Amino acid sequence: MKKYIIIVLPLLFSLIVQAQQKGSVLIKNGTVLTITKGTLETTDVLIRDGVISRIGKDLNTPKGTRIIDASGMYVMPGIIDAHSHIALDAVNEATSPVTAEVWTGDAINPLDVSIYRALAGGVTISHALHGSANAIGGQSETIKHRYGTVDPDVLRMKEAPRTIKFALGENPTRVHGGGQGIVPRTRMGVEAVFRSSFSEAKQYMQAWDKYNDGKNNKGFKGTAPQYDLRLETLADILRGEVIVHCHSYRADEIYMLMQVFKDFGIKKLVFQHANEGFKVAPELAEFGAMASVFSDWWAYKFEVYYSTAYNASILHKNGVVTSINSDSGELIRHLYHEAAKTQKYGGLSDDEALSMITINPAKQLGIEKNVGSIEVGKDGDVAIFKNHPLSIYTIPMMTIVDGIVEFDRKNDADDMRIYADPDETIDVTLYGTGHAGDRCMQDAQFLFYK
Amino acid sequence: MKNLKYIFFSVILLVVQQVEAQNEKGRKGTFALINANLVTVTNGTISNGTLIVADGKLAALGKDINIPEVAEVIDCTGLSVYPGMIDGGSRLGLTEVGSDARTRDYNEIGDVIPQMRALTAVNPSSVLIPVTRISGVTTSLAVPDGSLFSGTAALVNLHGYTPDQMYAGFEAIVLNFPSTGKRNRWDSRSGEEIKKDAEKALKKLNAAWDRAVVYHEIDSAIQAKNSSEEMKYYPEMENLLPVVRGEKTLLVEVNTANDIITAIDWVSDRNIKAVFTGVSEGWRVAEELAKAKIPVIVGPVLSVPNREYDRYDRPYANPGIMLKAGVKVAIKTGDAENVRNLPYNAGFAATYGMGKEEALKAITIVPAEIFGVSDKLGSLEEGKVANIFVADGDPFETKTQVKHLFIEGWKIPLESRQTKLYDEFLERNPGLKK
Repeated sequence: MKKYIIIVLPLLFSLIVQAQQKGSVLIKNGTVLTITKGTLETTDVLIRDGVISRIGKDLNTPKGTRIIDASGMYVMPGIIDAHSHIALDAVNEATSPVTAEVWTGDAINPLDVSIYRALAGGVTISHALHGSANAIGGQSETIKHRYGTVDPDVLRMKEAPRTIKFALGENPTRVHGGGQGIVPRTRMGVEAVFRSSFSEAKQYMQAWDKYNDGKNNKGFKGTAPQYDLRLETLADILRGEVIVHCHSYRADEIYMLMQVFKDFGIKKLVFQHANEGFKVAPELAEFGAMASVFSDWWAYKFEVYYSTAYNASILHKNGVVTSINSDSGELIRHLYHEAAKTQKYGGLSDDEALSMITINPAKQLGIEKNVGSIEVGKDGDVAIFKNHPLSIYTIPMMTIVDGIVEFDRKNDADDMRIYADPDETIDVTLYGTGHAGDRCMQDAQFLFYK
Repeated sequence: MKNLKYIFFSVILLVVQQVEAQNEKGRKGTFALINANLVTVTNGTISNGTLIVADGKLAALGKDINIPEVAEVIDCTGLSVYPGMIDGGSRLGLTEVGSDARTRDYNEIGDVIPQMRALTAVNPSSVLIPVTRISGVTTSLAVPDGSLFSGTAALVNLHGYTPDQMYAGFEAIVLNFPSTGKRNRWDSRSGEEIKKDAEKALKKLNAAWDRAVVYHEIDSAIQAKNSSEEMKYYPEMENLLPVVRGEKTLLVEVNTANDIITAIDWVSDRNIKAVFTGVSEGWRVAEELAKAKIPVIVGPVLSVPNREYDRYDRPYANPGIMLKAGVKVAIKTGDAENVRNLPYNAGFAATYGMGKEEALKAITIVPAEIFGVSDKLGSLEEGKVANIFVADGDPFETKTQVKHLFIEGWKIPLESRQTKLYDEFLERNPGLKK
């Protein structure tokens, strides 16, 4: 017994240490793109125990702090991707139009080398979203790219509020109406799923309230309603405890969901993709809904045929908090370039363009108090670039998460896998890796590629 | 009188309607681009130069150029003129809405179907085409895909109302070389199955080729006899014939290192005018590619490494590594709706080792040379086709704006459905309230 404790205790301890790993670094003499407080030339950023503690000129080096020379380099907040499916073993629980009870947090894969590739593009946080097969999909997890662990818990960003994935249009109607012959087969059906789900959840809440109010009264005869995790989650959405991230493309369906949410008093709403968001930008702004969009993806399916690469700029100029996302293990590696496309398509300023991959996605994930800009008190998540990050000639040089250097172009090995499959008998070589559409349909493919 | 009034208002209404419905069209004419920075690609850069576009050609360019009286003068102060970019491989024109099979025309049924011509299926009215060209891509190779010999690719200029008006003078047969890798991330075949499939495909390829060689021998014999005999209708072999004879280019799509080596041996044994495309692991076997003197059209550059254990930036660095080894390198997107990102594929290659100048060549003069059309396309030289764009900066830089566009001397409006949606919706009217 003692022997086991001796083995297990250090193991547990090391896990805890890993989970809490925070570093201290002093980044010297960089051009600091704070995003929220302008650009500071030849400025130092001190991260102590994982938190930005000072920003200024000629800062002293506290004992035990690693110095990083960023002369001639650009220092920006770690990039945040509000729509990703990397580091996930499963994406879609495509078995019902409503699966609010599931959670991608149960399927985190810390071994995915895509995490490292994202770090090599300056990305420190991603939103590991459930897929878009269901009108009401699963809850999702916001992860920090703490690469090099085998423990999924280490990746969770504990401060991040709960989120859930919804989906409109072709994906849910194709999977359930088309694939399984159940509602929804049309955009009418998608609305009906929301209305019935939330109505049911409301009744469920009321039943519990009635029971909780009465159970201590003398002579109370009722019994507790049956616990239902799906309805619990929907009730939490009604209570405003969960941010809804809704896969969407067409303007009419975006408008529909806002009407439904108004009727049920739900306010926290971010539209994902929203390729036609630009058509209802004033309505989005009035509702206070946000949008997380592609820089330029379109035409891969009919509902994105009437898109424009000016979407992000139109949304932004109409007062909608907008981010640029990847939804792809490829795009996530160069979100800085994707953000720059808002300058080509709509002429946004450097700060506006960079806010699309920093402070704006932070707002959409409800973590803007912790990350998304270089400010004292925020997490020590920083990306360092040679040449301006919006230039095509930029090169991500170093990426820091919680003060720990997770990527260093000068010192990293070629092979960054944590786990090599010993059963692999053939080189797994993918080709033709060009995108075939959004990745939101992963794990629902079985319905179409029999 | 009443009638007159009615006619009068009708006419006015008609005029108004016409004005509203009018879309700007391309214009042919004589144009003088003055005070321009002329990036010729092949002969350096001429600052503060003049370029004359006439009869669809680059009539003259340089420092002291007479401006024809008829010319429409375009002041290009602060702007640079570049040869139109050429995508060395795409599906542009062959597909409209990716997920909808009814709009996909690049993948015909059959394993050996070189007679399927991309040029036939290029849709001149594709909405994707204006979206592409206003970013400075004037020319692209439309490539059929999906089987072993999947058809005949065609080089097209991105302006015209019939395929013939768009044709840019190059066709080639496409071979998807048997692959020992996985097809995509949903490919659930085991290693053993993949190997078997590849061997089977190679057998099929060799059998088709041997048949084509026999066809060539019979055809040659008939010709030698000056006989009036005719061969039975056999379009597959008829189309492979010029490839067997080394007269027509064979585009060999091949990606992984092992397959590239196999493909080098395969084409070397057969005296084929081969160009390798894709070549995502070319960096692994760059020396061998250089030794074999096989030009490559690499891309997409913006892609993930083929293998989990490969360095994250290999796809970015791939073109530069091959170039340094002595390989002739052009770049392709392999895309359809986002061929407009060709300059960024080249830009990433430039940043990760290829250098600006060579990366620009890889999407202009080098593909023109590979396609045998460098007398017409790929650089600013007198007498070449007037495929040019004028930009306010480095075309690789993301924020750079294209200011003027000419395709075969036609001045093309910088409009697409995407710009029209911007114009309509930036300040929507009615806004919130009608």
